[in-house]
Amino acid sequence: MCSSFTGLWNLYCTQWTNLLSRGQDHQRYDMAAKFNLKNNDDCYGWPIIGLHWLMAAAIFGLYFLGLYIIDLSYYDPNYKTLPHWHRSAGMLVLLALGLRLLCRCADRSPRALPGHSRVTRLMTRTAHALLYLLMLAALASGYFMSTADGRGVAVFNWFTVPALPVELHHQADRAGRVHYWSSTALIALSCIHALAALKHHFIDKDATLTRILGIKRENP
Amino acid sequence: MNTNLIKSLALGTLLAASSLHAAEYVIDTEGAHGSINFRANHLGFSWVTGRFEDFDGSFNYDAADPNSASVSISIEAASIDTNQAERDKHLRSAEFLDVATYPQITFVSTSYKTNGDNSGTLKGDLSLHGVTKPVTINVTRVGEGDDPWGGYRAGFQGVAELRLKDFGIDYNLGPAAEIIHLDLNIEGIRK
Repeated sequence: MCSSFTGLWNLYCTQWTNLLSRGQDHQRYDMAAKFNLKNNDDCYGWPIIGLHWLMAAAIFGLYFLGLYIIDLSYYDPNYKTLPHWHRSAGMLVLLALGLRLLCRCADRSPRALPGHSRVTRLMTRTAHALLYLLMLAALASGYFMSTADGRGVAVFNWFTVPALPVELHHQADRAGRVHYWSSTALIALSCIHALAALKHHFIDKDATLTRILGIKRENP
Repeated sequence: MNTNLIKSLALGTLLAASSLHAAEYVIDTEGAHGSINFRANHLGFSWVTGRFEDFDGSFNYDAADPNSASVSISIEAASIDTNQAERDKHLRSAEFLDVATYPQITFVSTSYKTNGDNSGTLKGDLSLHGVTKPVTINVTRVGEGDDPWGGYRAGFQGVAELRLKDFGIDYNLGPAAEIIHLDLNIEGIRK
């Protein structure tokens, strides 16, 4: 399935790259940031870069909004709206996660940086896999909590994601526990992930951070 | 035959009859011929109803001596159901029933006083959220007799009111929701 999708993705990317470059041929900018549609050896493409930063912002926002929601009193004017926004945004992030996994599945990842040891590469891969797993756990458990009695999730009153036809015993409570712990773990690991990126940037002075910003460096 | 003998015979028959009726009943939770319902007012606009799905209990009742009646009930706090999963999750949490700490709600009667008809006042101790307080239930006997399947049944209806604050649950749902109304239906099969 992955390979057939890769074919489609390649075709789609080529067309877009042609379309984008056509208008830019006559004006060459000496830009530090160069956005490609697809990942290459040294850099991520803009869909992955865009999804990465959008999801990073959304996930941190959702986490602290979630903590704030827990403490809302019944008479707070936002008692209904904030959870509605939280659920809606969460469903959109789940959609973004799906897109991102498709992109990852279809496209290659940039090469591991030459300065990274085997241990560093293993730790990186493990951390990235765990981040994906925790994102899925946190987002899916939020969905299962909201749909525990068969009601769908209204996404900003724009469309409704229906509930699954199966219900677990005390589904909301179980999903709620998974939701809290997986999102807390996700935020903790994201912080480590960010600190590691900063360490690579400022101490190791490699391209770990710049290539997820779309900046091509002379010396990766 | 002297009158004393007749009196003692009559008394014997009465005692035999009353001991026949003084019986222990098991609440028919298997057939769900009993329900523990409650309702709370929503902001003064309407009633939210709910119930506890899992409970069991038994009672003693003798129509000839109703004041000797007694009842004991044990409820699984986590089985609360108000037809909205996230509200139920909230009700099970530490802000309300705290079912992880207090998994059981129990009621054990201390006295029953008949009104002379089919109704009476049942007093007892309710243990809820780790607090035991006396509550009063106004009881009506709905009916009693043989069922079509060879058993003998008796059924009662009860209403009571309680304040959540009295049981250490002080989440603010507004003044209209401070009192919880209990609507109880109990049908027992005689052992």
